[in-house]
Amino acid sequence: MEKMPKWADVVLIPLMSLLLAVALSALVILFIGENPLAAFSLMVDGALMRSAGWGYTLYYATNFMFTGLAVAVAFQARLFNIGGEGQAMLGGVGVALACLYLPWPHWSLAVAGSAGVAALCGAAWAAVPAVLQARRGSHIVITTIMFNFIAAALLNYLLVNRLRPAGSMDPATAQFPQATHLPTFQDMFSTAQSVWFRGAPANVTFFLALMACVLVWLLIWRTRLGYEIRAFGESQTAARYAGISAFKITLIAMLISGALAGMMALNTTMGESERLILNFTEGAGFIGIAVALMGRSHPFGVFLAAILFGFLYQGGAELALWTTIPRELIVVIQALVILFTGALDHMVRAPLERLFLALSRGRG
Amino acid sequence: MKPPAIELRGICKAFGPVQANRDISLAVQAGTIHGIIGENGAGKSTLMSILYGFYRADKGEIRIHGKPCAIGDSQAAIRAGIGMVFQHFKLVENFSVLENIVLGAEDGRLLRSSLARARRELRQLEQEYGLSVNPDAPIESLSVGHQQRVEILKALYRRADILILDEPTGVLTPAEADQLFRILDRLRSEGKSIVLITHKLREIIDYTQTVSVMRQGRMVATLPTAETNPEQLAEQMVGRKVLLRLEKKPATAGPVVLEVEDLRVVDDKGVERLKGIDLKVHAGEILGIAGVAGNGQSELLQVLGGYASATGSVRMNGVSLPLSGAGADGQARRGAGIAHVPEDRQREGLVMNFTAWENTIFGYQRAPDICPGPLMNNGVIIRAAQQMMQHFDVRPLNHGLSARHFSGGNQQKIALARELDRSPELLLVGQPTRGVDIGAIEFIHQRLIALRDQGKGILLVSVELEEILSLADRVVVMFDGRIMGERLTAQTNEQDLGLLMAGVGEGGP
Repeated sequence: MEKMPKWADVVLIPLMSLLLAVALSALVILFIGENPLAAFSLMVDGALMRSAGWGYTLYYATNFMFTGLAVAVAFQARLFNIGGEGQAMLGGVGVALACLYLPWPHWSLAVAGSAGVAALCGAAWAAVPAVLQARRGSHIVITTIMFNFIAAALLNYLLVNRLRPAGSMDPATAQFPQATHLPTFQDMFSTAQSVWFRGAPANVTFFLALMACVLVWLLIWRTRLGYEIRAFGESQTAARYAGISAFKITLIAMLISGALAGMMALNTTMGESERLILNFTEGAGFIGIAVALMGRSHPFGVFLAAILFGFLYQGGAELALWTTIPRELIVVIQALVILFTGALDHMVRAPLERLFLALSRGRG
Repeated sequence: MKPPAIELRGICKAFGPVQANRDISLAVQAGTIHGIIGENGAGKSTLMSILYGFYRADKGEIRIHGKPCAIGDSQAAIRAGIGMVFQHFKLVENFSVLENIVLGAEDGRLLRSSLARARRELRQLEQEYGLSVNPDAPIESLSVGHQQRVEILKALYRRADILILDEPTGVLTPAEADQLFRILDRLRSEGKSIVLITHKLREIIDYTQTVSVMRQGRMVATLPTAETNPEQLAEQMVGRKVLLRLEKKPATAGPVVLEVEDLRVVDDKGVERLKGIDLKVHAGEILGIAGVAGNGQSELLQVLGGYASATGSVRMNGVSLPLSGAGADGQARRGAGIAHVPEDRQREGLVMNFTAWENTIFGYQRAPDICPGPLMNNGVIIRAAQQMMQHFDVRPLNHGLSARHFSGGNQQKIALARELDRSPELLLVGQPTRGVDIGAIEFIHQRLIALRDQGKGILLVSVELEEILSLADRVVVMFDGRIMGERLTAQTNEQDLGLLMAGVGEGGP
């Protein structure tokens, strides 16, 4: 007998954890002398009540969908890929090279081509830790986090010493050519009468992220490879019995994971800044871990969690703009969400399970 | 007359809608071994958990030596003189025997005096009951049988005079089981009371004075063991007549299906596990591999199943199979017509968190009918799974339930259904009825014989001699990675095989 209905596991528990995190955050805001209700309404107002706010929320959510999916795919094979940040950086390098050095006739071809190159670069960066794990047993958590540092140094070197246009003081590449600029939501949805999403950075990459969610769902739950990845994740001994190669699954799951993380760069680099800059990942690689955790490594959960974190990011920026609440408070709220959904999961789960047990007994 | 050591009156316990114990009354007389039998899920473990303070009964009364006793937690149970030996030991692997015995019963903040006292008392217990264990050996270095002894010593050190043992022989070799029962008999004769929970009828008949039978949460009978027999007990456990002796026709062996020559396996630590195995399996026969667990049977199954490397030669229908490197994996073996129901269904044969239907294709996920294009054919798989589960009488008949929610017997039926569904040329099957209840054992045995009668070859590994003798047509006995001898089942018996299992025989070194 299952302890409680599936909807409670998937929806109710994350929601309760979220509420607890919000309640604690409200206390923190009270503590620094601001009104939590006002702060909350400011966040909602800035992030959700106007189309431009949504334009920012969805822009951030796009990043988090890619990096969240990356963590989720690897976690289906019980590989904890925390190297999304580094893989995304390499993806950015790939995007920059593709946009700067290949002649693209139209943005649609440019985004497809750059996505391919970004995926390749991200996957390549994940390949080394994957092989080390599969062949030598070097723990993937350690190696991927080390590769984040190497990637940061590499990005720094490339931008300062190789890709910076002569005479520029800025550690960034030149502007990408006009043909690679992606349509923003403003370009796509505004009519002659009214302007929607004015000035917001959300762009066509958002739809690529949605596609990625659907494709990952198909991969994990409908294909043979997904079945083998899940089987390997659930029980390595059973996978061995069934003739599923540990090396192959470890490598493939990490390649897919790295490719997804790499594609995150499309959104920030091609869609927003239109050149490669330092720190373009904005920590999205790490937020991806929280997103996957909260989304229970399911693409639909990742989608919802990404929107939520997008809201927190954009709402936090609004708070910093209009109140004395520092932007760092958003990091505190995020940390609380991670704490409650991940580490303290049992605290919420156990009483709920008892509640459902009591309910079913009452009926039966 | 002395009051009973344990007396339960009207115990009821429900988990949600499931009524695990219904109005149970039981009296265990002091100085006896009292057996409790019942199929998996009959409520035996729940009842004992109530007695040990893990669960609280919804209704009912517990009396220990005639005195009413509220047992709220395991500390209270220990104070009442109850000791429990669980099926899965509760020992700290890297602690020594002495440290494990003292754990939770220390005298004060400093360990030294507790350890010294424990060492003295251990020596005394050893003299009293013949329970010898090296007090300084780390648990992980002990055999399973000795680890169990530590559990018993732990209970005695806490002054237990009532011992409850939950399926104590499930993990033991026959020889270790014999030793255990000698110890239990000694404890009984010293005045201790022992409750033995098991589903093995032979242990009940051979070692208990009284037996109680549980079925579906009720206590259906309590009898003096001397006045009953296995057939009657089996019938009361299952609720219907059970065939303990298998009906089967003599085998009509065909051509050789599997031919193994000079098979050798060296494990990670450099120890040779298989030291040159030669055997043949014919079509239409069951070859039984007998032997005490750990003498190379598992390695043999793993090599034949494609997930351990070896040297030597294995031919399937005359075609040589690779034994290491590429081509030596479970997929290639299945392609060659070898199906495998592994010894450990929870770690190998099934993915416990997968649903039943996902498990019915496990290992065959690359077959063209299951995955014709890029996507898996889930509709077809689920329909096939429903049929398989119906044919094999899997209960509950719910393909969406994850494997871990089925009982041991039903899990085994799912694994067996999957492997038989592809009608393999050769079936490897390890411990087919370990942890499986009587009703399901009968069913599984009948299926294996039906497969044999279709002219397929079966290689059966089992540590239950009874099972080998009733199923197999031919038996080889393994000892220390070698084959000690071969017998026709019709021309041998337990004593004959027992000698070979102990390493005494013509094939010995």
